[in-house]
Amino acid sequence: MSATDKKSLADRLGLKVHSGVGNAGWGRTVFAAVISFIYFFPVFWIILTAFKTHNDALAIPPKFIFTPTLENFVAVFSRAYSAGAAAQDTGFALYFFNSVFIAGTSVLLALAIGTLAAFGFSRYPLRGNDTYLFIILTTRMLPAIVVIIPIFLMFRVAGLSGTYIGVILLYTAFNLPFTIWMMKSFFDELSPDVEDAARIDGSSDRRVFFKICLPQVKAGLAATAVFGLILTWNEFLFALLLTGVDTRTVPVAMAQTIGGDIGVRWGLLAAIETLFLIPVIVVTFMLQNHLLRGVTFGTIKR
Amino acid sequence: MKKVWEVYPLRVAFASIPAALIVSALAITLLPPSVSFWVSGAVSAFSAFLFVAYAWGRHAGGLLVAPAIALLFCMNIFPLLWSFGLSFFHYRANRLAPPRFAGLHYYEKVLTDPVVWDRLQVTAQLVVLTVSLQMIVGFLLAMLFAKQFPLRRVLLILVLTPMMLSFVAVGAFFRYYYEPTFGLLSQAVRVFTGEPYVLLQSTAGAIAGIVFADAWMWSPFVMLLVLAGLVSVPKYLYEAASIDRISHWRRFWNITFPYVRSLLMLALLFRTIEAFKLFDVVFLLTEGGPGTSTETIAVYVYRVSFQYFKTSESAALAYILLFTVIVLTNLYLYFANQRNRT
Repeated sequence: MSATDKKSLADRLGLKVHSGVGNAGWGRTVFAAVISFIYFFPVFWIILTAFKTHNDALAIPPKFIFTPTLENFVAVFSRAYSAGAAAQDTGFALYFFNSVFIAGTSVLLALAIGTLAAFGFSRYPLRGNDTYLFIILTTRMLPAIVVIIPIFLMFRVAGLSGTYIGVILLYTAFNLPFTIWMMKSFFDELSPDVEDAARIDGSSDRRVFFKICLPQVKAGLAATAVFGLILTWNEFLFALLLTGVDTRTVPVAMAQTIGGDIGVRWGLLAAIETLFLIPVIVVTFMLQNHLLRGVTFGTIKR
Repeated sequence: MKKVWEVYPLRVAFASIPAALIVSALAITLLPPSVSFWVSGAVSAFSAFLFVAYAWGRHAGGLLVAPAIALLFCMNIFPLLWSFGLSFFHYRANRLAPPRFAGLHYYEKVLTDPVVWDRLQVTAQLVVLTVSLQMIVGFLLAMLFAKQFPLRRVLLILVLTPMMLSFVAVGAFFRYYYEPTFGLLSQAVRVFTGEPYVLLQSTAGAIAGIVFADAWMWSPFVMLLVLAGLVSVPKYLYEAASIDRISHWRRFWNITFPYVRSLLMLALLFRTIEAFKLFDVVFLLTEGGPGTSTETIAVYVYRVSFQYFKTSESAALAYILLFTVIVLTNLYLYFANQRNRT
């Protein structure tokens, strides 16, 4: 961890050329840059559209050079709903908070519960271990639409619909299968030698888990957190049916922006999506270090 | 000295189950639903607590797994079973009439329905196309980013971004890009042919449009998993290989690929399952059109359950679907394990 924190800015951006076997130099950078920009282009266009006026967004041929405007970003938070009316607060600040709170809590919760379970499945196999794992996977296979009706009825009876706790628990369960499968595959790959050595030296199971296994699967934790966050952050169908006015998340609000009698306001939609994208990109960029440095397996040589 | 919770035997925990059942039954008959729900919840939690307390320190594996299983049971397995039950009854979610028993009526109806088979074919087509495209593109991207090079982290984020977009945005904006008058694709084609290009009006075009959007969005996922495998290859193996002057091709198959294979398999499994449920992108992009040529089985289930409100029929349909996926996954896992053993 400390080695990570002390890295220079140039290193964080990947500017510094690392010496070693797997280094490809600036030639690869140019090649990768071309591919990446082609791949990124549709997103780039969304971001560009966010800075366009409504007329520019619908221009033929498409405009690459235009006068950027911030009116779409202002309109996300406060706009007039009909021509000539006074601008109103759209509540998007609340929706952004809801998205952050709900996605954050449920990803962390799923990570905590799921990692424990994955460790259990990996190190203390139960009778019928594979059956349990398979049932867990099965819960992800059915189209969400089918479980939605029972969940909806259940939430209504329990008074959970429209509350934070209901959605958070649901999303946690929604993230668990992936977390468990992912973390189990990481735990399975660990070399048992170090653990055995620690046990012989008198470490308790808890100590082995926290001090030896967990640090080695940091990359796995980061990767799982990123995937979970992305899926939860953008989840639409459950959010549409199970959140109330106060707990509504951004994707639902975004979908409601699409419907309208004067046609879709592409600039506005693009502005919402651009703002909505920033937190996920920041988190991914922060965790990328763990995601890709290969702290996990390469460090321990058998 | 023994701790309090270590003294009592397993009997106590088992005895709590009938007690919990009686209390919940009484609560359901005597109290309003919103109160009785929480009462029975509390009783079953207490019962579960007794089991946990018994197992504390004795069965580590079970205890570690218990919270995850419990949550999954409440939020996934219980609703699944409920809708499984519903599939045997005449029930519509928008009517107040109590469910009437229907037996296997809906299963028979669904299995003999040519529409369902047609939708399954469409789905299979889309799954095969989009997943194979994702695997290829994802793998190539991972190979591109496997080595260190300047600015790698920044470029990697650019490639990862599509995955972070919301389905709503991808659906809406690809519609914007495919739009005949001012869409980017139509504009680009017009430069060459001189007339606007309508991608989504033909079946092949609509399928291509969906596959492109979906594969574009999810290839980075495959890339990340493959990359996690690639960076996990111990460096000294490559060093040894370069000392032994092993060819690139053999180095790839004998050193790199074995490390990537399990993660590649995992990616394939998860992407296939997700692609089977392909809903949001299709629904927002083509709404199943033109005609019903791109209506996947998930979109069809949605229509049956939320537009026609045939709740039972959609549940039966979903269970046949689930059964298919389970069989396929089992076959897949069986072959994957076979290959791992050899």
